[in-house]
Amino acid sequence: MSTATAVAAPRPFMRWLRRARRSPALVAGAFLLTFMVTVSVLAPIVAPYDPETQNLGNGLAAPSASHWFGTDQLGRDILSRVIWAGRTDLRIAVVAAIIPFVTGLVVGLVSGYAGGRIDWVIGRIVDTFVAFPFYVLIIAIVFATGTGENGIFIAYALVGWISSARVIRAKTRALCREGWVGAAYGGGLSHPRVVARHLLPNVLPQAVVLLMTEILLIMVAVVTLGYLGLGVQPPTPDWGTMISDGQLFLATKWWIPSLPGLAVVTTGVGLSLLGDGLADVWRLR
Amino acid sequence: MRWFGRSLLAAITVALGVVVCVFLLLRIVPGDPARMILGEQATTASIDALREQLGLNLPIGQQLLSYLVGVFTRADIGHSLVTDQPVLGLILTRFPVTLLLVGLAVLFTVLIAVPLALVAATHKDGPLDHVVRIFPTIGMAMPAFWVGLILILVFGVALRWLPVGGIGASPTDPLRSLILPALTVALGMSPPLIRSLREQLLEVLDADFVVTLHAARLGATSIIVRHVLRNAAVPALSLLGVNVAYLLGGTLVIEKVFAINGMGALLFSSISTRDFPVVQGITLVSAMGVVVISLVTDLLVATLDPRIRAV
Repeated sequence: MSTATAVAAPRPFMRWLRRARRSPALVAGAFLLTFMVTVSVLAPIVAPYDPETQNLGNGLAAPSASHWFGTDQLGRDILSRVIWAGRTDLRIAVVAAIIPFVTGLVVGLVSGYAGGRIDWVIGRIVDTFVAFPFYVLIIAIVFATGTGENGIFIAYALVGWISSARVIRAKTRALCREGWVGAAYGGGLSHPRVVARHLLPNVLPQAVVLLMTEILLIMVAVVTLGYLGLGVQPPTPDWGTMISDGQLFLATKWWIPSLPGLAVVTTGVGLSLLGDGLADVWRLR
Repeated sequence: MRWFGRSLLAAITVALGVVVCVFLLLRIVPGDPARMILGEQATTASIDALREQLGLNLPIGQQLLSYLVGVFTRADIGHSLVTDQPVLGLILTRFPVTLLLVGLAVLFTVLIAVPLALVAATHKDGPLDHVVRIFPTIGMAMPAFWVGLILILVFGVALRWLPVGGIGASPTDPLRSLILPALTVALGMSPPLIRSLREQLLEVLDADFVVTLHAARLGATSIIVRHVLRNAAVPALSLLGVNVAYLLGGTLVIEKVFAINGMGALLFSSISTRDFPVVQGITLVSAMGVVVISLVTDLLVATLDPRIRAV
């Protein structure tokens, strides 16, 4: 009997996959995101034109069979630029998310587990950062450290960890109230071991869901900085800069600023759905 | 009164932290901040003069002390490098427009978020609930400035209902010009609010007293209006307080989209003239505004809900 159940019970990953398939949000999110990421990664192959080649004789052309998204004021193919911009913006968003993700996780775990004075001090630091209007702080930091990619990385490393630290701290705090954490320490395990081997695996799903939201927020921020002229610098294609350049033609050539924005929304909805789906599958809500 | 003292103490601690952070903003610059502001072509003499003016030649401890004293005793947050006017004065002239925009955006946010959350909560897991729950998913993915452009396209260009930017001359015009920008900010602000508010409402709808009211045969509408909404109003208010920083930052970006001459416009024009003290001042004033608003919301929430004062 026992062998029969052992054979029938699928491996954890397969079980997870089966549950995942039943979450429409997860399936739709994974599909959208895979599409956007694949197209971005394969930009040199799938983009129909070179994103920086100008053709002044064919500027501001409407969408057509040869230029699906039309051309911009310099005659560059908008579809190719949208595809190449995805490569830049997604890469920056993912890279910029790494340091704050790790910092937020560590700070949240330490603050929640240690409690007492350490928790109080970290809490006040978090409160201070939360008081700053997010975009104002990011803009000021990027202004001080220099526009472009590096400014964005520094700005995020400095302020991006706040929200995940808050959530992870609350989760850790709740776990610590359960008996098993005390039991693990009482059983002779060291503090670092309790945190790394026992608490971390329990907060990790929550952290991964948060990471999806963080990447989404950073992508929107990168695009917003590009729009404000503080992000990715021309001629490198970037969704924000494309929208800002296209704003001049909003009244007559609506597709120029609208279509790059649609690419942002598609990617963002993918990330958002993936996060929601993962939360459903891991039963975090 | 202990809750009052504790809120006040927390606000003062945060305010101090904010000032220190803003002070450090110029000091995180790799290399010489004076050179960063003036650019690579600047002469040594002009760089030295700027270092002197910004007090960068003093020891860092002394710099921080004189900055703190200046901020807290004289409300002195620096002088513009371009016009030499006090930064606070510059900000105050732009403040009313931004404040009006923020106020209108809060009003729109409430008008969008409360009905949608209520519909979702009262139709839990039904089709209406699912439709409302999609809204935050899409809303979070849309850059606010792009939403602004799309609204301009629809209501300004295609339908010609509303002005597309700037602020008109006649007395009724400012409000009309602020409708689209405020709506843009509100659309960006609503998604997290709808989500949390729906959760809050579901909790209240499940509460024992609501079951009792139903048992007492009170009408469903009167239960919702007179009891459920009243009980959900307090958490909604504190949610707005928590999100006010986000709201303010978003507003400044949206000012750029609609060419509104508020604090955001001042921020971006100061960036292009590399007027660092003004950028620093706006960061400080906006964060201080958030601290004050959060404190006021905390006190308001405590006044409305005696349970908080009892803790």
